Amino acid sequence: MDFSFTDEQSMLRDTVASYLSDNYSFDARRAALKAEPGWRPEVWKAFADELGILGAAFSEEQGGLGGGPTENMIVMEECGKALVVEPYLGTVVIGGGFLKHGKPAGADDLIGKIVAGEVIIGFAYGEPQARYTWQDLKTTAKKDGAGYVLNGHKAVVIGAPYATHLIVTARTGGSQREANGVSVFIVDRNAKGVTTRDYPTVDGFRASEVYFENVSVPAEALIGSEGAALPLVEKVIDEAIAATCAEACGVLTRLHEGTLDYTKQRKQFGQPISQFQVLQHRMVDMFIQVEQSVSMTYMAHIKLGESDVERAKAISAAKVQIGKACKFVGQNAIQLHGGMGMTDEMAIGHYFKRATMIEGAFGSTDHHLARYEGLSLGKAA
Amino acid sequence: MNLDFSPEDVAFREEARSFIAENYPQILRDKAARNEDLTKEDYLSWHRILAKKGWSVPSWPKEFGGCDWTPTQKYIWSEEQARADTIGILPFGVAMLAPVVYTFGTPEQKAKFLPDIRDGNIWWCQGYSEPGAGSDLASLKTKAERVTGDDGKEYYIVNGQKTWTTLGQHADWGFFLVRTDPDSKPQAGISFLLIDMKSPGIEVRRITTLEGGHEVNDVFLDNVKVPVENRIFHENQGWTCAKALLAHERSGIAGVARSKRGLERVREIASTEQSDMGGPLLADPFFKRKVAELEIDLTALEFTELRTLAGESSGKGPGPESSILKIKGTEIQQRLNELALEAVGHYGAPYMRDLGHNHGVGPVYADGLAGDYFNGRKTSIYGGSNEIQRNIIAKMVLGLG
Ligand SMILES: Cc1cc2nc3c(=O)[nH]c(=O)nc-3n(C[C@H](O)[C@H](O)[C@H](O)COP(=O)(O)OP(=O)(O)OC[C@H]3O[C@@H](n4cnc5c(N)ncnc54)[C@H](O)[C@@H]3O)c2cc1C
Repeated sequence: MDFSFTDEQSMLRDTVASYLSDNYSFDARRAALKAEPGWRPEVWKAFADELGILGAAFSEEQGGLGGGPTENMIVMEECGKALVVEPYLGTVVIGGGFLKHGKPAGADDLIGKIVAGEVIIGFAYGEPQARYTWQDLKTTAKKDGAGYVLNGHKAVVIGAPYATHLIVTARTGGSQREANGVSVFIVDRNAKGVTTRDYPTVDGFRASEVYFENVSVPAEALIGSEGAALPLVEKVIDEAIAATCAEACGVLTRLHEGTLDYTKQRKQFGQPISQFQVLQHRMVDMFIQVEQSVSMTYMAHIKLGESDVERAKAISAAKVQIGKACKFVGQNAIQLHGGMGMTDEMAIGHYFKRATMIEGAFGSTDHHLARYEGLSLGKAA
Repeated sequence: MNLDFSPEDVAFREEARSFIAENYPQILRDKAARNEDLTKEDYLSWHRILAKKGWSVPSWPKEFGGCDWTPTQKYIWSEEQARADTIGILPFGVAMLAPVVYTFGTPEQKAKFLPDIRDGNIWWCQGYSEPGAGSDLASLKTKAERVTGDDGKEYYIVNGQKTWTTLGQHADWGFFLVRTDPDSKPQAGISFLLIDMKSPGIEVRRITTLEGGHEVNDVFLDNVKVPVENRIFHENQGWTCAKALLAHERSGIAGVARSKRGLERVREIASTEQSDMGGPLLADPFFKRKVAELEIDLTALEFTELRTLAGESSGKGPGPESSILKIKGTEIQQRLNELALEAVGHYGAPYMRDLGHNHGVGPVYADGLAGDYFNGRKTSIYGGSNEIQRNIIAKMVLGLG
């Protein structure tokens, strides 16, 4: 048993942390979010060139540095601490995940471009009616000669306004909610027939409603096997959840630390409010939630390589813990800041907003409890 | 013990219902449908319509314009307003300041201020909290020194900073707690002043809340000259007024009728949204159970409030028990916000405020729910935080230290 990190991994963490602490202050972030394009391409460029971290989770054969999920975990946790909005999750974790596991033609070329910071990917999987059922798809891909033609509407695609590519789930067969018939495509964001309606999200990202209208893609756009890609989708989304749990650990750490710091310096009734036992216990409970979340995030990453069922159980268990922690720690961080917690000016509220959105990301706490129950205790009759 | 409405109550309910249906401004409905921010005139328009009907201040003593309604009638009135999704009348003048004025004010003060509060002619804000004085309100530092003006009249010169002043950007007047005796014990040296917000030396600065709204402000007071006759009650005894006011502030905060309506809205959303099992979200056993639990919690609060109201009508004012209503009322409102946001899944994320609320992304009912959830965290912080309310119950009700 070993929970320690290699020297390379510790270095990766230090590199990301020190870059973000120098270049990703709360004020700089805020200014960037308020302006167009709502993210900082120069940060992404620095991730690629100066830090060279975009290849950390790819194998050496694929032009990476030989790491995997643990590297993603480290980067995402640091991103969580600074509330990074640049598209590491969509591009490296999800885009990279599909390319690694689906091995489409041209994967190595695309991975090379991801590592170089030239390709940015948005994951277009959700649909307005679908909630958290990934195979609930109205988007269709019809065979057309050697290629396919896509039609449909994807909801709240994070990073889509500035992505170079979209990875799209679509139906090549089967009925709307059937497991069979799910396929995955990589589509040029500027392909003819792709339109978007762009907007900011409450936690500072940019996203789009994405509409596909008779979008022609070549046969090589298919990732994984036609009509049988649901297991691949689930695997990659599970990896994305693990990475999001890691991000959440960063967010939760900041919420907790920020609250400790604030209550130690805020005085009411002639004493620091951290002296009130009821607040001490609250902060202890927050601390316990943070620790449990870190533990479950490690567990989830360790089990990513196991069988589909074991992996899914581990991921859903982790997401349940993270979801509960995001709610409890987030709400209490605001509460213990009093009025100050309600202001846009203080960072704490922005961590709370991100924590809240993580609760629902890739499935709510209820969704993952139900998934875990089904896998661990058998499906309800 | 019974809950039956008398024939008079039923008739009153009909009257209230049709009055709202016939008189509630359409523009307020339209703006609510578009999730648009209200202007000052919007807020006041409904107040003024009610004032014409004689219903803007039902809880006041009859002589100042109150309605002498029975607790049942008050209950019916709040139910009907919630049922019709009307905006609330702002509490600052009507519910917070007025009881202080009619309890502690001079006849001149009553005559000068109460009619305008009743009729919605003047917008009031509450200037209590300071950067250093939140939960520990009595530690407030804004200072008022008494001077004789060139005109031979007595004035206070007020200096300091207030904060979290709700809708102070619209305020014509504010009621302020200020320190008139720096040397006595904290509670003993405070006075209650009414200040014209247009007085020279007042500056109101926006504080943006985490969902992006402009609801609270900093108020800076720099040598603001306030006539002594604008002081309510005795000098250095403002704390007595403040305490009375805080109890009123708390009892209004339960919001049972509004929460019932909120629960209906959650049910509506969850009957439209699809669950992961197919079929409506409201049929999902997890979600359904949470709605049921909340409904039960709300029923308990409703009956607790009714018991409190009955007690009030038998002559007791709102006492420390009203802290129960504040705690449970706000917890339930916050839980409603949680469930609504959870129900809409992905469409909680789009942020439309800056784009105009009719941006047309996702279902209309999802618009602003995340903002409501974030903003709703305030309710367990203001009006005496829920921790402070628990301290009050521990001390005053349970006698624990
Ligand atoms: C949206 C909003 C609108 C407001 N509107 C107005 C207004 O119009 N006018 C006005 O005057 N004020 C207003 N307030 C101010 C409000 O009354 C204060 O925020 C409140 O009194 C808490 O004070 P504080 O923010 O300084 O928090 P603090 O007092 O610093 O409290 C921070 C935390 O410590 C806890 N705490 C403090 N003391 C104790 C204790 N003894 N035991 C246990 N826990 C404790 C609190 O519960 C809280 O969780 C508003 C506040 C908000 C958020």
